[in-house]
Amino acid sequence: MTTAPASSSHALTAPGVPGRVCGTTGLSVCLDAQRFIKLNAVVGIVFLLLGGIAALLLALTRWQTVHLLPADWFYRILTFHGINMLILWILFFEVAILYFACTTPLNARLFSRKVAWVSFGMMLTGGVMVDYIILAGQADVMMTSYLPLLAHPLFYLGIILVAVGTLIGVFNFFATLYVAKRDQAYTGSVPIVTFGATAAAIIAVVTLLHGAIVMIPTFTYSMGWTPQPDPAWYRLIWWGLGHQSQQVNVCAMVSVWYLLSHVILGARPVNEAVCRTAFVLYILFINLASAHHLLVDPGVGATWKIWNTSYAMYLAVLASMIHGFTVPAGIEIAMREKGYTRGIFGWVTALPWKNPALSATVLSVIIFGFLGGITGVTLGTQQINIIAHNTLRIPGHFHVTVVGGTSLAFMGLAYYVIPLIFQRDFILRGVARWQPWLFGLGITLMSFGMSFAGSMGVSRRSWDIDAQGIYGPAAHLWLGVLGIGGVLAFLGLLTFVLLCVGTLFFGRKIGAGTAMSDWGTPPALAGSAAGSLAQDHYATKGTIVLTILFLACFAVYYFANWKALADVWPVR
Amino acid sequence: MSLRPLTTPWFHAPAGHEKLWLGLALLWCFVMSLMMPYWHFRGKQNSTGEAYAVTPADFLARTEKFVEANRVGTFRNTVEANALVPELPIAEPPPGGDAYITGRMWQWWPALRLRVGETYRLHLSALDLQHGFSLQPLNMNFQVLPGYDHVLTITPTSKGEFTIVCNEFCGIGHHAMTGKIFVE
Ligand SMILES: [Cu+2]
Repeated sequence: MTTAPASSSHALTAPGVPGRVCGTTGLSVCLDAQRFIKLNAVVGIVFLLLGGIAALLLALTRWQTVHLLPADWFYRILTFHGINMLILWILFFEVAILYFACTTPLNARLFSRKVAWVSFGMMLTGGVMVDYIILAGQADVMMTSYLPLLAHPLFYLGIILVAVGTLIGVFNFFATLYVAKRDQAYTGSVPIVTFGATAAAIIAVVTLLHGAIVMIPTFTYSMGWTPQPDPAWYRLIWWGLGHQSQQVNVCAMVSVWYLLSHVILGARPVNEAVCRTAFVLYILFINLASAHHLLVDPGVGATWKIWNTSYAMYLAVLASMIHGFTVPAGIEIAMREKGYTRGIFGWVTALPWKNPALSATVLSVIIFGFLGGITGVTLGTQQINIIAHNTLRIPGHFHVTVVGGTSLAFMGLAYYVIPLIFQRDFILRGVARWQPWLFGLGITLMSFGMSFAGSMGVSRRSWDIDAQGIYGPAAHLWLGVLGIGGVLAFLGLLTFVLLCVGTLFFGRKIGAGTAMSDWGTPPALAGSAAGSLAQDHYATKGTIVLTILFLACFAVYYFANWKALADVWPVR
Repeated sequence: MSLRPLTTPWFHAPAGHEKLWLGLALLWCFVMSLMMPYWHFRGKQNSTGEAYAVTPADFLARTEKFVEANRVGTFRNTVEANALVPELPIAEPPPGGDAYITGRMWQWWPALRLRVGETYRLHLSALDLQHGFSLQPLNMNFQVLPGYDHVLTITPTSKGEFTIVCNEFCGIGHHAMTGKIFVE
């Protein structure tokens, strides 16, 4: 850790600012930012492990043959799992990503160490508080905590602390962006990674404000200071928090896709204008997607439902479909420019599949797009929701978006962030190579189990399906698939956590000026020229075939669901 | 570049494969947008969310009155695992008329007998927490909130015994909260 030499081409750190030059990338790293990236990432991974242990217990309970936990602990652990995974792991890791995105690519220094400490302290206090209250049995209310179901006031207070702490971290991000621009730390437009992170941060502000609007009156109600908020109002505002927070994840995940495909393969977006517009579409239209949790609620009319789930929401869907093209297209062009030009898919087979960050990225794109995206849009259709609302199809969908998509992408990122930020090489590299595959396979199996059980009417958040006496062997079989997938995914997660923690303690130190060990980068073949396909708009043959295949799957699934809907009783 | 600031002018109109994909994706989004209004006018399953404010006590009183006037029998539960609802009154609303089901921890009260092909206005509400009305094995799902009289205008088109499962978490006995609709 040395002060950046002024002569280094990319290390233009302002004089007097502690920083170091990364021996691998040549980028300058702000030491303040580095400390908080470490802190937030490590705490995030601890919460990931806690949530993962909970996930294993839940999978082994819903697997009816095993049926591990008693009813009260099932609902307690389910609450614990949701909060640790969807709020604590993801928010902590996203704050780490934000601190990275506003400093290193912009050659900037973190706005304030104090603000970062306050943010981190509040988030950690809130997180520990919430976890303690849940495990103490004082908040068996599920992640959504729908009123009039009531938890201990500290539960709501803890969530408020986490939300406000995160908001303060986001403020630090924006302030850093402002200072970097003002001090001309960089020239031109911010790179796409920072742009995507900024979109995530903007959505996060809107999201966390919804959280405050819904949690503060709930907290005061739980203290007995104010009357009970209306349950329907609570649902509407809660989902302004709940759904959008997932869009923060999507933005962060897509930014990580761009980042990793660039770091591993040198890929760049085919068309920056299109990619950036897609991020803007997320910001503008995603709020409306919250409506699709209320599609079979009383008191919300058909016009409102159709409007909120129609073209405006589909413009946010369009954004994902754009990234789903531009990310693989960038990879294809990079590979073709390196000389891997054989056939339509020669560039795919030549990818460094032994690089865990690459396999994590590719699996993340495929699982998120093919499984998560297609199911999500279909379930969010006004009328189709009738045959899916609150069944296991819903977690079947969001486990492939948030876990198969976001968490897997974040894991891939860790395979570079840990060596680059902690300056230690990964231990057990052979194990690391199959970790994303194990995790991806587990999550996919689990999601299939959930989705098929759900389409047979098995409800989510239910401890037992035998008490109802109506579910046959097929439903039990799919719950078994859920259980086996859950166990595999947990093993993949545990492997990841052990690799990370082991690396922090036992990894070979990477000194100043030395590069991290290469995970696998395809070499440029003889006769290839970087940038040679920059103007060739028809060089993405493989990607266009893949995306058209995707669209075909989407259409088949979508219309199959309309068919299934047409088979149930008429209802108005 | 993904990781470095852009200095050259970076705006380009989409072209080639990218333009093709943008066109296809946009077209598909329009198709999906149009499906919902289309189904609203041509399809039969459209939950409009018709609802009225009601206090839990009022709703219970209306349900009790409905049961008193329309009771046709008693349902005895034979699923041993579910001892929460040993017995429910069965009520048969007149065709075209109103039917009531009250949700509370942890039962749907009463059971209904309906006629195939007839249309009913089914009123759903909860006395305590939120509950989920999930009709199996049809797999039709609706949200039930305390304070809201949620009206579904339904037309049973298949005969048999249907089970109402609660699919919104409502406490420790949630998994055992079941009700019945018989269609003849
Ligand atoms: Cu219930």
